[in-house]
Amino acid sequence: MITAVAALSGLTMALATLLVLAHRMLHVEEDPRVGLVEDMLPHTNCGACGYPGCRAFAEALVGGEALPGKCTVSSEAGRERIAGFLGVDVGAEAKRVARLACAGGTNVARRRARYDGPATCRAAAQVAGGGKSCFFGCLGFGDCAEACDFDAIRMNEHELPVVSEAACTACGDCVEVCPKDLFSLHPVSHRLFVACKSLEAGDGILEDCEVGCTACGRCAQDAPGLVQIQSNLAVVDYDRDHRTDLPIQRCPTGAIIWMEPEGPRKGREAAKIIRKGTLPPAAT
Amino acid sequence: MGLLALKTFRHGVHPPEAKDETSGSPIRQFPFAPLLVLPLIQHAGKPSLPEVIEGQEVVRGQRLARPDGFMSVSLHAPATGVVRKIGLCPSISGRMVPGIFLEPHPASTQEVALGEPCPLETATPEAIVAAIQEAGLVGLGGAAFPTHVKLSLPDDKPVDTLIINGAECEPYLTTDHRVMLEQRDDVVMGIRYLLRVCRAERAIVAIEANKPDAARHIQEGLPDDLPASVEVLRVKYPQGAEKMLISALLGREVPSGKLPLDTGALCINVATAAEIGRLLPAGRGIEERVITIGGPAIEHKGNYRIPIGTPLRFLLEQVGVDEDVNRVFLGGPMMGAAAPSLDIPITKGTSGVVAFTDHAAAATHRKIYPCIRCGYCVDACPMLLNPSQLGILALNEEHERMADEFHLLDCFECGSCSFVCPSHIPLVQQFRAAKATVRKARQQAAAAGPTASKEAPA
Repeated sequence: MITAVAALSGLTMALATLLVLAHRMLHVEEDPRVGLVEDMLPHTNCGACGYPGCRAFAEALVGGEALPGKCTVSSEAGRERIAGFLGVDVGAEAKRVARLACAGGTNVARRRARYDGPATCRAAAQVAGGGKSCFFGCLGFGDCAEACDFDAIRMNEHELPVVSEAACTACGDCVEVCPKDLFSLHPVSHRLFVACKSLEAGDGILEDCEVGCTACGRCAQDAPGLVQIQSNLAVVDYDRDHRTDLPIQRCPTGAIIWMEPEGPRKGREAAKIIRKGTLPPAAT
Repeated sequence: MGLLALKTFRHGVHPPEAKDETSGSPIRQFPFAPLLVLPLIQHAGKPSLPEVIEGQEVVRGQRLARPDGFMSVSLHAPATGVVRKIGLCPSISGRMVPGIFLEPHPASTQEVALGEPCPLETATPEAIVAAIQEAGLVGLGGAAFPTHVKLSLPDDKPVDTLIINGAECEPYLTTDHRVMLEQRDDVVMGIRYLLRVCRAERAIVAIEANKPDAARHIQEGLPDDLPASVEVLRVKYPQGAEKMLISALLGREVPSGKLPLDTGALCINVATAAEIGRLLPAGRGIEERVITIGGPAIEHKGNYRIPIGTPLRFLLEQVGVDEDVNRVFLGGPMMGAAAPSLDIPITKGTSGVVAFTDHAAAATHRKIYPCIRCGYCVDACPMLLNPSQLGILALNEEHERMADEFHLLDCFECGSCSFVCPSHIPLVQQFRAAKATVRKARQQAAAAGPTASKEAPA
């Protein structure tokens, strides 16, 4: 009995000594502010700041490599708190959002084939590009809404994703997941936007989708330089002053739009579409 | 010869062959469509560069586009006519690709303009490879891989066996069967060209046992001076896949991530070999090919020599199609692709058009149940993968694990697992989507820099 107690006590002491030594000798010096700053960050590990998680971003902040403004998930107050703690500028980072370059919901865009495999965009895109008539358009199975960690994307009644400007943190998950590469990240100030990616020429596209860009060039005429027609698609040059909704006014289909926080606004000459139901598939 | 004595590979499945309706019908010439659509990318690799302009008159056989570098081939005019437009055209990949729209002249005699011949007697191996690229030849079995790339053999990888693939394991398709019966001299000529290039000791023409007439016909036609033989293989899908053929004929396994060439074997489709033998001596380019048009929804089933670029809509109008037609496949029903639109043209890689009615398609249109781990797919997979486990991982989107631990990238999408699955799980499609995701991620990692790509397999 005594032997056993003594042996175990001895072993315990020996191992405890080893642990104490290890703690002393293998100690890594770390800036204690990293842990504190990390606690002030939102712990979403979304990567929108460009670092592989909140911990790495906290290290960069403490090391002076980045400014708190890069974290688009934190609130304004949260960013200021970190900036105050570290004694640095907040770093005004323009808020960015994901924008979808397609407006072809089921009420305006036709299907050319019925797809009945697994209901994800990425699977559908493997089968001859999915069932949409337009080869470029949104497939509408909502992989982006699924991928979004911030519930910033919801699918509307026409199977088209709608991005909430307030909730979007521009983390880029939707950009990565979309098999048609329809999402791109923009500063919120980019209100003038072309919601179409079809490179098809001419009015033929209207048989597939009523809101596609037909490359008629009216927007380019109204705002020379700012909007250009490239490969049958209107392209906005955001390096120029783009704070004008002039180019959208004469767009006959409403492919070029003005993104208000509450939703897109079409020009006054855009065809009004009041259809609520689904467009019938194209005759074959 | 007993059935069990025939060579084959491990695993595989037995889909209904459905070849009887067209295997007896001789190859017939298909008419010219009023507008031919010629995508500039009908092969794996870079798009060809157009050499014509809109409005230009072209002659059948004239080169329309030249290869853009090594991974690209020429494109020739399938008809005498006028170039209507150069622009985007729909393709089976589901993307719009650049293409040439050619309107044939109805009154033309459609004489073929010939290029520079490459006679067997004098041609060097390099000249033959160049002539094959110039002829625009790609693998006609369906993969559409440029043939000259396959034949550009590195010096450190000698080829001992040339395998001429006449297995044609895909249901409904009988093009290779008819080519072997009707173009035997071209096949023999093609083998001579190919042997000159690859310097193999022998050639084996591999034919499944359901084509005994073709096997006999080829056997009788092989000249004594040609080191070639015919090997009859057991009827099993996917016997015609390169790796399965090598395993069946030579007992060699192609290592993961390697090419058949690494085992000393070179596989060429029999239709490709026949075209080499037909086009090279004349200096022609490939501007038409043999396809099978079949399936329950087709009225005039058969084998046709069809101009490249014939749109599906015109094709179906000509052969007559059931009004209940529901699905149209380019290629066979196992590995072919469902056509997303009838404006899609026949390309060099299209080996057949198979159409099903609503009724016939209903059988595949079934409810999907969860995986019960019965293991049928494991028994079916010719690559000896574990489709069941891969399918479960695919549902959880664990794509990297699928690739790293379960050899996702070795899957060549034969569809055997989906075919046997009693729960109707669309396994192959899940794998295809997963492969696309993994490839995209690895490309991005590689683009990000060498340090980031260290996880990619060697």
